[in-house]
Amino acid sequence: MPIPDTTFAQHLNLLCAGLFLLVTLGLIATRQVLASVRIFILQSCLLAISALLIGLVYGSPHLFAVAAITVVTKVFLIPLFLRRRLGPDMHARREVDISVGIPTALLVALGLTGFAYFVMHPLVQATTADISANMPVGTAVLIVGSYAILVRREALPQLMGLLAMENGAFLAGISIAPDLPLIAELAAAFDVIIIVVVLGLLTKKIHERIGHTTVGELDDLKEGEA
Amino acid sequence: MELIALLIIPLVASAAELLPWKSAQAPGRMTVIAGIVQFTLAAWVGSAVLRGHAVVGVGSWVSCNAFDAVMLLTITFVGLTSAIFSTGYIGSPAYRGPVLKVRRYYTRFNLFLLSMIAVPLFSHIALVWIAVELSTLASVFLVAFDETPEALEAAWKYAILTSIGASFALLGVLMLYWAMRTAGAVDFTWTELYRVSAQMPAPVVRTAFVFLIVGFGTKAGLVPLHTWLPDAYSQAPSPVLALLSVVETCSAPYVIIKLLPLLSTPGLEPIHTWLIVFGLISVGTAAILMFQVKEYKRLFAYSTIEHVGIIFVAAGFGGTLASYGLTFQILSHALTKSMCFFATGSALLLTQTKDIAGIRGLSKVSPIAGGVLLAGGLAISGAPPFVVFLSELGIIKAGISSEQYVAAGLLVIFVVLAFAAIMRHLNRMVFGVPIAPASTTPLPRSLTIALALSLVPVAIFGLFVPNPLFDLLRLAALSLGK
Repeated sequence: MPIPDTTFAQHLNLLCAGLFLLVTLGLIATRQVLASVRIFILQSCLLAISALLIGLVYGSPHLFAVAAITVVTKVFLIPLFLRRRLGPDMHARREVDISVGIPTALLVALGLTGFAYFVMHPLVQATTADISANMPVGTAVLIVGSYAILVRREALPQLMGLLAMENGAFLAGISIAPDLPLIAELAAAFDVIIIVVVLGLLTKKIHERIGHTTVGELDDLKEGEA
Repeated sequence: MELIALLIIPLVASAAELLPWKSAQAPGRMTVIAGIVQFTLAAWVGSAVLRGHAVVGVGSWVSCNAFDAVMLLTITFVGLTSAIFSTGYIGSPAYRGPVLKVRRYYTRFNLFLLSMIAVPLFSHIALVWIAVELSTLASVFLVAFDETPEALEAAWKYAILTSIGASFALLGVLMLYWAMRTAGAVDFTWTELYRVSAQMPAPVVRTAFVFLIVGFGTKAGLVPLHTWLPDAYSQAPSPVLALLSVVETCSAPYVIIKLLPLLSTPGLEPIHTWLIVFGLISVGTAAILMFQVKEYKRLFAYSTIEHVGIIFVAAGFGGTLASYGLTFQILSHALTKSMCFFATGSALLLTQTKDIAGIRGLSKVSPIAGGVLLAGGLAISGAPPFVVFLSELGIIKAGISSEQYVAAGLLVIFVVLAFAAIMRHLNRMVFGVPIAPASTTPLPRSLTIALALSLVPVAIFGLFVPNPLFDLLRLAALSLGK
């Protein structure tokens, strides 16, 4: 049986990875909570598509399952939970604080992306040429995501940054570990849901007790003042 | 079979707490019983490992070697003493809340313990990562138990920062899997990892290590990724801190320690230096920061950071001698630090203040709490004749015998500094004239039991290590060598 031609799938995957990175930069540029949730949904869709395409390239049914799990948990369950529990917080039309200007933040994020490419360069050459975009892009999203958490001051955008980071790790993961046992994938998906539930409930509690969720402004716990 | 039981018991205990118990005592008692059963099972597993039996739970999923057995014994012992301490602490008048809150506390306590027990038992590396991550998530609400704005803030910092770390660690774990696949591994277990380790591409493993050290280092509280730790420690209830400090030194560095046999492969030697440098930075920073703390819980928080650093330095030294010191250090730190937190918890109950300056003459207020606090302070800072002295001595000897004179010398200096800092603060707390009149309420009995129970091994193992334990530690050290 001739090996099916997967060049097209590989090119599509490249496009997917590029969009994935672009969307994550949107997480830094946006000023609204709802937008950052939407960005996360879009990012998860791209992750699922990339998993499908790489599954096609490797001929690995595992990755089809990963795509399905991603869509169910990250596109449906998590946004649903957030809307239920934190609806008012999410739909707030106010602008979310960011501790540096957006242009500066974007420039730093671009620099971090370059850094991720630099770190991953020796490893990329070891992977199959055309799905290798996943490695540096995933790493870049991981680093940019953590930067997004650091510059954001509100709870929900921080949570979105965290979820974006996990997506980044998975985007890199599907290209290098396409046959991870399904139980590990399921457990990881379960883990992401727990993160959202725990941090979602904590956000709600902070809101009830303190009246706002600008966690960046909570600085009662400082060394030497207590 | 006993391994499966070890995983099921905390799960059952946790679920049982959800039943509508009317008595506020029942959930605590149940957790203590579960703790006794777990510790007995762990001792059983330890003795089976010692007799050379391979303890396998489920094929390539759940297993336990000598190092895992030491972790298991450590975790279940502290789990037990912490459960006993909880019954008096959470049930004390200062803390007494609605029964529902008490039940929730024990549900989360058991889930937290489950995630900790799962770390050494899972043989699948991806599942170990998940267990470590779940141990964060299970403990977030335990840290936030007081529900004051400060506690919620600390819990948020704890959850977000350690989850950031977990994402980095996830990529590291996946890269490790990639390296194993390239080398022809069939599954993702520790045994398979050791089998193919010589064929794994060194650059990939090195990069994986960067992500693993950053990721699990955040969870362990390695400087400069430690910022969440003192805050969380200043807010969480004392019995939770006893467990949390075990997570920092057992669960979080577990994956990195289990990877030590790889480091003798050509191309991976620099990782030794990375571990030593990271470790020394942590020990040094923690020792210096200890001088300026105002709260005694924070003092012990920095002491945990110091010990995490010592464990990383020991990991970096390499060799069987260092592995022995490392394993012993994990055990001795867990035993001693949990005792310290029980003592601080008792002090908090008696005096109602977290400030070092607010407590004077604790030995007169309560001879038991004051005495154990002083013993704990001496023990944790490595004074003879306590157990930490022996384990730290072992690590320094290992450093000298592997000719890492500078690192071993710096380690000695920092440990002495930390000793001075801890004693300076504790001296003022334990001796002197009490500020408040001696409290009329005596220490609850369960607190006294927990204090006494945790003091026994700290004092005895410092004088001599019983033969079975010594053999188990030796086997554990051998399992970390090539």
